[in-house]
Amino acid sequence: MPDTSKPIPNEIPQLLVHEEADNVGVVVVEGLKAGTDMLCCITHDNSTFRLTAGADVPIGHKIALKDLKAGDTATKYGEDIGKITADIDRGAHVHTHNCKTKRW
Amino acid sequence: MASKYSNITVQGYRRENGRVGVRNHVVILPVDDISNAACEAVANNVKGTLAISHAYGRLQFGEDLDVHFRTMIGTGANPNVAAVVVIGIEPGWTKRIADGIRQTGKPVEEFSIEQKGDFETIRAASWAAKAMVHHATEMQREECSISELWVSTKCGESDTTTGLGSCPTVGNMYDKLLPEGITGFFGETSEITGAEHICKERAADKETGERWYKMWKAYQDDVIFAHQTDDLSDSQPTKGNIEGGLTTIEEKALGNLEKIGRTSTYIDILDPAEAPGKGNGLYFMDSSSAAAECVTLMAAGGAVIHTFPTGQGNVVGNPIVPVIKITANPRTVRTMAEHVDVDVSGILRREQTIDEAGDALIEMIRRTSNGRSTAAEALGHREFSMTKLYRSA
Repeated sequence: MPDTSKPIPNEIPQLLVHEEADNVGVVVVEGLKAGTDMLCCITHDNSTFRLTAGADVPIGHKIALKDLKAGDTATKYGEDIGKITADIDRGAHVHTHNCKTKRW
Repeated sequence: MASKYSNITVQGYRRENGRVGVRNHVVILPVDDISNAACEAVANNVKGTLAISHAYGRLQFGEDLDVHFRTMIGTGANPNVAAVVVIGIEPGWTKRIADGIRQTGKPVEEFSIEQKGDFETIRAASWAAKAMVHHATEMQREECSISELWVSTKCGESDTTTGLGSCPTVGNMYDKLLPEGITGFFGETSEITGAEHICKERAADKETGERWYKMWKAYQDDVIFAHQTDDLSDSQPTKGNIEGGLTTIEEKALGNLEKIGRTSTYIDILDPAEAPGKGNGLYFMDSSSAAAECVTLMAAGGAVIHTFPTGQGNVVGNPIVPVIKITANPRTVRTMAEHVDVDVSGILRREQTIDEAGDALIEMIRRTSNGRSTAAEALGHREFSMTKLYRSA
């Protein structure tokens, strides 16, 4: 018999964000499709928000949390992880085609 | 102060020097590349022995030769090893390595090939190896505190899930077990690039942080910039890292450093394969970020258990140290299950906390110490890779 005494499990998030200051988040489900209304969770404090995926993005890859301009800094873990090299719309895929190290 | 981790015990092998091992290998150790064949022949003759073949050991000099000797001696001295047969082409370096291992008090016998040939060497070494197998197989495990373990970490084929899940799991383990008195190792010098400002601050004191930064900067200047092409993007991050969603070395480094948790601080910096000398605590070992090289160096430094977070599914193992694989990537759990010891993909679904995942890893460390084979051991992964600093003479 199903156990109805337990609360319904929370919806599984599609996107995790390390820190509130971050401008990119990580897709944590397989097969994410463009147009998905994603549940996004900031792991630092478990707060949530929603964002529409702008592209099919593979698991582990990043999505922009706001509009980014070429020359901006990509921020993850609340830290500088590289420079944005092309304009990126909120919800779009962020990877080697539009983001690069500042080191090498 | 006592915690719920203070009373955890493991069934380990107490060695002559007091250190605790979790495996009981009889190792046939070649001093140099041309002694591999004799070592493999001995291991074939005597079941229950393990030949550790490798590619180097001739015409090395200076700091590169020091790393070679430290790696050879440290591998034989590791508490997971009960006894060692050392075979080299000539008696001089063979004796140097055998004498280094003898400092532990464990049984060591040495043989050299010149003026005898392989046949005679293999015959004599096989008799010694057989006696060691009888000696080792009569040893009994005994109850030891988990605090006596030396536990290393290095991640591989990382992706964004390692920074979210498997690396913080290792960090949580260190935050819980270092206060109990374990000795820990982390390293991967090139892979701290982008998080060096944070790593410098995680030293136990300012002077150690300054020494760490100097070591890291020297690697950047002397190796990375001296040999760079247009960039290192084909190597750091690796193709596998990029496939997994990591875009830059900075992003990779910040995830990597999650392995030392929130509260742990390192007390000293070790040269490659150097054994810790300042008592219990966390050490940074100057080391390659290549999986097999790094695990080999940390094993030579004395680690008896290795915790290995992976995202895309690095399959590395080690001949003498069990390598525990931890992943948070649900695709890797689904497609590479035979390589996974601890599945922490629940962290990504927000079904498992980092605290719970850390406890699951501690439980796997306990079981592995008691004898459970890791996935890498069951699959025969015995990668042993020497670190080479520059060309031989």
